[in-house]
Amino acid sequence: MSTSQEESMENSEVSLQDIETEGLSQSQIVRKRFVRHRGAMVSIVFLIIIIGTVFTALESRIFGIRIPGWWKYTIEDLPELKLGVCNDGLVGCPTFSVVPSFLGGDGIHLGEHPFGQDDIGRDYLALVMRGAQRSLMVTFVIGAMSGVIGTVIGAISGFYRGIIDSVLMRFTDFIITVPTIIIGSVIGFHFGNLGVAFLAFYLGLFGWTGLSRLVRGEFLTLREREFVDAARVAGATNRRIIFKHILPNAVGIIIVSVTLLMSGAILLETALSYLGFGVVAPDVSLGSLISQYQESFTTRPWLFWYPGLFIISIALSINFIGDGLRDAFDPRQRRRITKKDRKNAKVARKALAHK
Amino acid sequence: MEGSRLLAFIMRRLGTLGVILFGSSFLLYNLAALSGDPLADLRISLDPRAKQQVISLTRELQLNIPPPIRYFLWLRGVLGLFVGNLDLGNTRTGESVGTAIASAVPTTVRLVFTASILAMVLGISIGIITALRQYSKFDYAMTFVSFLLFSLPIFWVAVLLKQFMAIEFNNWLSAPTISLKALTAIGVVLSLIVSSVAGATGKKNYTIFGSVFAGTVVTLWTLQKINWFLEPGLGPIFFFIACVGISYGVTQLSVGIANKTALKSSLSMAVVGLILYYPTRKAFTFDKQGLIVVAMAILTITLAVIAALIMAKIDKAAIVRTTVISAFFMGLVRLLDQLMYTWPRFISTDAINYRPVPTVGQANSLLEPGDYWISTLDLLMHLILPTIALTAISFAGYIRFARGTMLEVLNQDYIRTARAKGLSERTVIMRHAFRNTLIPLSTIIVVDFAGIIGGAIITERVFGWKGMGTLFNAAINSFDLNLLMGVFFLTGTLALTANLVADLLYSALDPRIRTGSGA
Repeated sequence: MSTSQEESMENSEVSLQDIETEGLSQSQIVRKRFVRHRGAMVSIVFLIIIIGTVFTALESRIFGIRIPGWWKYTIEDLPELKLGVCNDGLVGCPTFSVVPSFLGGDGIHLGEHPFGQDDIGRDYLALVMRGAQRSLMVTFVIGAMSGVIGTVIGAISGFYRGIIDSVLMRFTDFIITVPTIIIGSVIGFHFGNLGVAFLAFYLGLFGWTGLSRLVRGEFLTLREREFVDAARVAGATNRRIIFKHILPNAVGIIIVSVTLLMSGAILLETALSYLGFGVVAPDVSLGSLISQYQESFTTRPWLFWYPGLFIISIALSINFIGDGLRDAFDPRQRRRITKKDRKNAKVARKALAHK
Repeated sequence: MEGSRLLAFIMRRLGTLGVILFGSSFLLYNLAALSGDPLADLRISLDPRAKQQVISLTRELQLNIPPPIRYFLWLRGVLGLFVGNLDLGNTRTGESVGTAIASAVPTTVRLVFTASILAMVLGISIGIITALRQYSKFDYAMTFVSFLLFSLPIFWVAVLLKQFMAIEFNNWLSAPTISLKALTAIGVVLSLIVSSVAGATGKKNYTIFGSVFAGTVVTLWTLQKINWFLEPGLGPIFFFIACVGISYGVTQLSVGIANKTALKSSLSMAVVGLILYYPTRKAFTFDKQGLIVVAMAILTITLAVIAALIMAKIDKAAIVRTTVISAFFMGLVRLLDQLMYTWPRFISTDAINYRPVPTVGQANSLLEPGDYWISTLDLLMHLILPTIALTAISFAGYIRFARGTMLEVLNQDYIRTARAKGLSERTVIMRHAFRNTLIPLSTIIVVDFAGIIGGAIITERVFGWKGMGTLFNAAINSFDLNLLMGVFFLTGTLALTANLVADLLYSALDPRIRTGSGA
């Protein structure tokens, strides 16, 4: 890259920063940056669609009120295994088709069992929907609990330092020592039958360690800054300093690591269910579905593909949202160079050359 | 002064380490003990001997003592460590936990070691390249790939690998021909990667793309024509070409191609390699192959040091280093060639029968023992799938971390100073930026290495290896408290020690960090 080009890029950076500082609050800047991150925006729409679809698919009960789902089967239904619909003598293959008829396909339709049927005839779409509900729920519970516990412990030990810090950090070390998958397995094995919410709760109790260290580090630096001194001189209480002055400055790092923690959580849940220590039958999760049907990959691959695709789509979108948030919150972040910037840079370079 | 402070720091940390281990083991012991009854299946059993078994197991495992107190009996055995008499108790089947773990650790290490090394090397190099080519197509592609790998459940990948890398590959190997479509696809993908890494623009970009594409297609086509996939090998000529390539590459990265002495010294090793090509092939047929390989390695390194010392007049250390690194890689290529040479013999054995990539297990028991090269190949073949799966999963983290660190380092003032002094880009990157990137990376690597001992539970299960993960699984499923605690004791101690080592390493590598401040 030639120096003049670099220079002009530098210039466009500066002008951009000017725009950003011009009468915009911190949260507005963050929002603007986030909206500009294409991957994150696509992912957030995608994730919302997935969540919406998954949670309305099956009938559910909230406070005893029965809410019907949009899908006709439930995971308890046992429809007949359809013979002769599929090629190669397979039974219960997926019936949905996305190739329109004018392109030589079967037309766009869902059919009786869009994701096929499992070995005893249960509708696989219903199973995958239930599995995804379970996995999403575990993910969000772990994310929320770890986020709260990690923030509180990290904030307290970073703000008060000294003996409180030592005790809390040694406690964190103590939780870190127990590998997550071991504690998860012990918990899942013994409490898995108490239901998925309980499992998620317990896993959340052990997932906060990394976050608390990050938050502590952030608090340790922020508490030495001038604005904290100013607040203290003005007579602010510790409580006020923590919540009104330091926490808003640390919120970026917290949000980002909670999203990353959630994408890890969905993998942890599926891994535990795969090992048989997570969600147990008759309930299903995406991990337990894969574990149950991995042997049938050669004969009935759809039983293996769909839960996997759901895990990947959910985790991938959460990761991209996390990346977008990190870019949005990072003050040192330089904006990605768009085509327009390149064009501007070219114009500027030419102008420089003519000078 | 400094030394005594460091010692005090280490002692303090070791003290807290002990306390933490005590606390977490106490927690885990009681959690595990109170949450299930190890005799449950025996109590409901209708077998007349079950009652007897309940009594004997209760006595052996001291189940009549309440768990919090039983914990201290277990702890007494562990503390025997300090008088040279570690006792982790017995498993339910009466085997010593220590023995069970001692036999499982090598398996796990074998499984995870290569994958970790590969993940680190690949991840760090790709991470650094993406940082150097920030916001390029390659950078975007790698960001996407690393997020994708982050999101993959390993057991899912494993099933796909078994299907496509083992079963389908073995099928393909029965008639190894590459269709025109596949040939084009491979060529396009490879040349896209290379051209985006090279980061050239305009005409040069198309030239790189075209030449890589043509090269790949022609090479693959020729390889398939000469039936290379069934009878692979480099032969002396290609071995020599590879060695020359290594010499240039290592010299460029290590001291810069302008250093003619280093280049000559490395090239001399390539010539030595060529001369010794046939003698080594003969040597590789003798008995006691393991010893011979080790001896060859030592010989190669010694030769490299001697060659470098003869040629170098000034700056000896750098030249010796370059030559030794080159010689090391040349040795690896030589071993690879020898393995390729053994390949036809390997796949035609009855136990393999032209299906070389296995889907499960850690060794082929049908294979006749004795031939070093064949059993090495067998071992490697069993390692391939788990290694790919583990590498794919863990190297994404390294890419992201190395990229982030490198970008941070590149923004530092000392990098600008180095550029302002007029140093070459290679020196700036390799000597100023890369080395500083390694400081935070080294601490992560240490912690990861400790984690690998207990970290492959799912992989072991999917690929049917019998290591620590299997032990742990068995321990949970059969309520085997002593076994569970044994596994935990090892992994927990390793994790904490690694954290301590990482902290010490950090302060040793980065003088800005002082061990005394904070704990």
